[in-house]
Order: sequence, then structure tokens, then C-alpha cells
Amino acid sequence: MNDRLYRIILFVVALVVPIVCGGVVYALVTDAHEAFEHFGFLKFLTSSEWSYTEGNEQYGALPFITGTLMTTLMALLFCIPFSLPVALFVGEYFRETKIASVLSTVTDLLAGIPSIIYGLWGFYTLRPIIMALNISPQGSGILTASLVLAIMIVPYAASLSAEFIKMVPNDLKEGAYSLGATRAEVVRKVIFPVAGSGIFSSYVLAIGRALGETMTVTMLIGNTNNIPDSITSTGNSMASIIANQFGEADGLRLSSLIAIGLILFLITALINMIGKIMIKRARIV
Amino acid sequence: MNKLKVKHRLAKDKLMLWSICLLAAMTAVPLLAILGEVLLRGYDQLSWSFFTESTPTAYKAMKAIAAGEPIPGGIANGIVGTMIMLGMAIVVAVPLGILCGAFLAENSKSRFAQFVSYLTDLLQGTPSVIIGIITYIWVVVPMKGYSAIAGSVALCVMMLPLIIRSTEETLKILPISLKEAGLALGGNKSRVMMKVQLPAAFGGIFTGVLLAISRVIGETAPLMFTALGCSLIRFSIDKPISAVPLLIWEFFNDPNLQELIWGASLFLLLFVLTLNLLSKYLAKKWNH
Repeated sequence: MNDRLYRIILFVVALVVPIVCGGVVYALVTDAHEAFEHFGFLKFLTSSEWSYTEGNEQYGALPFITGTLMTTLMALLFCIPFSLPVALFVGEYFRETKIASVLSTVTDLLAGIPSIIYGLWGFYTLRPIIMALNISPQGSGILTASLVLAIMIVPYAASLSAEFIKMVPNDLKEGAYSLGATRAEVVRKVIFPVAGSGIFSSYVLAIGRALGETMTVTMLIGNTNNIPDSITSTGNSMASIIANQFGEADGLRLSSLIAIGLILFLITALINMIGKIMIKRARIV
Repeated sequence: MNKLKVKHRLAKDKLMLWSICLLAAMTAVPLLAILGEVLLRGYDQLSWSFFTESTPTAYKAMKAIAAGEPIPGGIANGIVGTMIMLGMAIVVAVPLGILCGAFLAENSKSRFAQFVSYLTDLLQGTPSVIIGIITYIWVVVPMKGYSAIAGSVALCVMMLPLIIRSTEETLKILPISLKEAGLALGGNKSRVMMKVQLPAAFGGIFTGVLLAISRVIGETAPLMFTALGCSLIRFSIDKPISAVPLLIWEFFNDPNLQELIWGASLFLLLFVLTLNLLSKYLAKKWNH
């Protein structure tokens, strides 16, 4: 095979990726078109009604956008107190030791558990606990979903943050030690400022993960089509309304669900892009 | 005064160390809790017939429950379906992904390659439920029905970016002298890639494929609107087919079949975690 043919073959194969991505956007936009046409783009985004009585179908994405944002942000809040210590443990305190590699294996395995099994665990173990603690009567809801979601994104945030923590130059840390700083002070005053933007970007990517998580949220959020009014109330996220109703939907409802899919796709793509750009910048520093 | 301040700082340092250890150790709790629960509730369901028989109907299950007997049947239809769809997805995604990764590694400075690389990230970050919608529009609607083909397309799209990335990254960390030596011996670029670079990168690519498999094998959402599920053991690829995660979802929603959840979950969990550990072990072994 000569070089020219080889190059052409590689080029043609590489075209698959743009074709698939183009196909994703094209298919979502054409099939979501009907819903946007019928309700108007802005009204679809801001309407909170979701009723499929025939003749008076009303679909709006607001409850699900709210549900997604609430679960994601709360998952992030619950995730930080665990992922940050893990990152420090693996990347600084016990770096390159056996126990650190055990811990990172544990987090890798956490990342490997299928989301439907997280959902089962949340449903059969966590939900009864939440009911027993009298936090919410039905057990499922935004809070339950985001607790499990938090466990799911710990590995992503922790492993990337640990990489950035490891990259902090030794000279800087040694300089601080020689001035008499304790390890905690080195962490707070050297590692966090230097690795901060990298750590931040790893949380942005973790958000990207949490936004589209489907099965766990579907099993735990309670599946009601209202705007959640408190953190314990039930709701639906963008991914969970699709998972719940896509199979039985047709016509305008199907188009509305695809429109929600398009919005979810755009939000996730945006968050991931921001995260990747930030990581690139952080790597250069 | 000064001594007190130093003591205070040292105490803070110790507190930080211990709280980090404590909180980090706590992340092992969910893993152990999930493993423990699935093991304890699932192990007595695993039997020979669990892997050789297909899912019982709700009526049969109800009758068995009423008679106080264990629910008959198993998850063979799901295992067969998963294997068929996964096999088809691997056949397409692995060669495509490896060649794409080779393209990205060879042309890392070209604009087009950077664009492809960006799109690979985009595809990798796309929520799986959206891959399901897309495959529904691409495959299920034109074929006028749910099928194993549609399911494997969804899995293939999910695997592709993972394989591209691992191939690209492994090729990029190979010493450049390897490629130069091949070229100096008179091999052209394609020969050097096929005979030197890809074989040298085999370990990394292989573990990448294993990880990609473990990532998609537990996916439920993209299969719900593509493969749909089926209670028969089927080998035809143009009809609806089941998969292990789809069965778990079915059992979860059907009160009569709930007893079967744990056996199926245990099987899936052990499979996925073994693949994960295996790829980690191989990566370590081949790197040294």
C-alpha cells in the first residue's frame, strides 16, 4: 500500500466521526422542529405544562430543565466533600503508594458500575433510609436522585483532580515547606492556587456526566411532571422524561421529547466544551 | 504565645490529614454496600437454569409465587441478546476506532484532525439516552421496527469515541524513535503503522477496547428504544431482542418478576467489574 492510498483511507475513516455528529444534530433538529414550530422555541423552554389529553396537547420543557439543574447541582454539592479528599489522598498525601492505588481502583470500580444497578441500590437501600429518617414520605425525589448521582460522579471528579494535584511542581511545595509551612498550609496555599483551575475543570466535566445520567435518575426522582418546589419533592429530569415516555409517544409528544433531547444535547455539549477548554489551559500552566 | 500558635497550626495539620483519610475511605462504602447487597440478595438465584432458560411470563411467575415456589426461568434471552448486539458493535467499532485513532495520531497538527478530535469528545460526552433517540430515528423508523441491529448501532456509536481516544493516546506515547527506525529501514508509513506502531500499541488499544465493552455492556437507556426487549431466546438480528440490563429494567417494573432482579444484577455487575479489573491489570502488566 503506498503512502497516498494509506492517507486517503485514514482520511475517509476519520470522516465517520463528523458524519455521525452531523447526523446526530441533523436528526435531532429535524425531528424536534415540529414541537418548536407548534409551541415556539421560547415558549417551549418556559412553559411548565405537560399534558397529553387529545385535542389540547401542551408540552413545555421547564419542569424538566429545572429538575435536571437541581439534581445536577445538588449532586455536585454532595460530591465535593468526598472527591476532593480522594484527589488529595491519591495525588498528594499518599501519592504513589500502594494504598493510593487501592483507593483509585475503588473509585475506578465505582465508575464502572452500570447506572441501572446504582438505581436499584438507591431504590432498595437508600430510599427506605430516607423514608425512615422522615425526610420525605415517598422516599424518591430530587434529593434521593442527587445523592446517588453524587456517588456516581465522585470517580470522574476525583481522578482528574488528582492528576492536576500531582502536576504541581515540587519546587513550589518544597519552597513552602522550607519556610516552615505545615502540609495543610501547603495544600491550601500552594496546591489549591496552582492546581485550582484544573480541579475546577474536572468538576465541570463531572457536571457534564451528571446532566445526562438517565436510568438512576429515572428510578429515583419520582417521575412527576411538575416543577419541583423543594429538594425533597418529586420531579423529572430531561433524561428521565425521555426514558419514561419515549416508548409510548407519537406525533407532537414524540417531537417534544426529541426537542428536550436536543436541549439536553446542547447543554451537555456546551458544558463539556467549556470543561475541555479549561483543561487545556490548565495543562499549559 | 508563639508556641501556642505553632501547636494550633500543627493540630490543624493533623486534623486535615485525618479528615482526608476518613472522607477518602468513605468512598469505598458505596462500592462495598452495592456489591454486598447485590451479592447477598442475588447469589441464591444463580443456578444452571438461570443461565439457560429465558424469562418467564408474568403469569407463570405469579403462579409460582402463589404456590410458594421459586420463579422458574432465567436470563438466557438477555445474555444471548447482549452477546449478539455487542458482537456486531465490536466488529464495526473496533477497526473503525483504531483507524480513526491512527489518523488522529498521525496528523495531530492538522486542522481537520483537531476538528475530528473535538467531535470525538463531543460524541463521548453525549448522554446515552440521546444516542438511543438518534438510533431510533436513524434505524428503527426506516426499518419500521425495533431490532437487534438498531441496538448494536447504538452500542457501536457509544464505543467508537472510547476506542478512538485510547488508540490515539497509546500511539502518541510510543517513543518517536520506534517510528523513525521503521521508516529508516525503508518501510513506508502504512507499513510502519501496521507492522511497528500498532503492534507496539496493542496493549493500550486492547485495554481500551475492554474498557469500552465494560462501559456499554451495562447501558440500558440506548437499548430501550432500539432493541426493546423480547422474552424469547432469539438469534435473528432484524427482530426485537433482549439484553441483560433491559431485563433488569423489566424486572424492576414488573412486581411479579422482582425476585429475578438480583440474580441478573449480580451477573451484570460481576461481568462489568471483572472486565474493569482485567483491563487495569493488563494495562499495568504491559506497561512495565
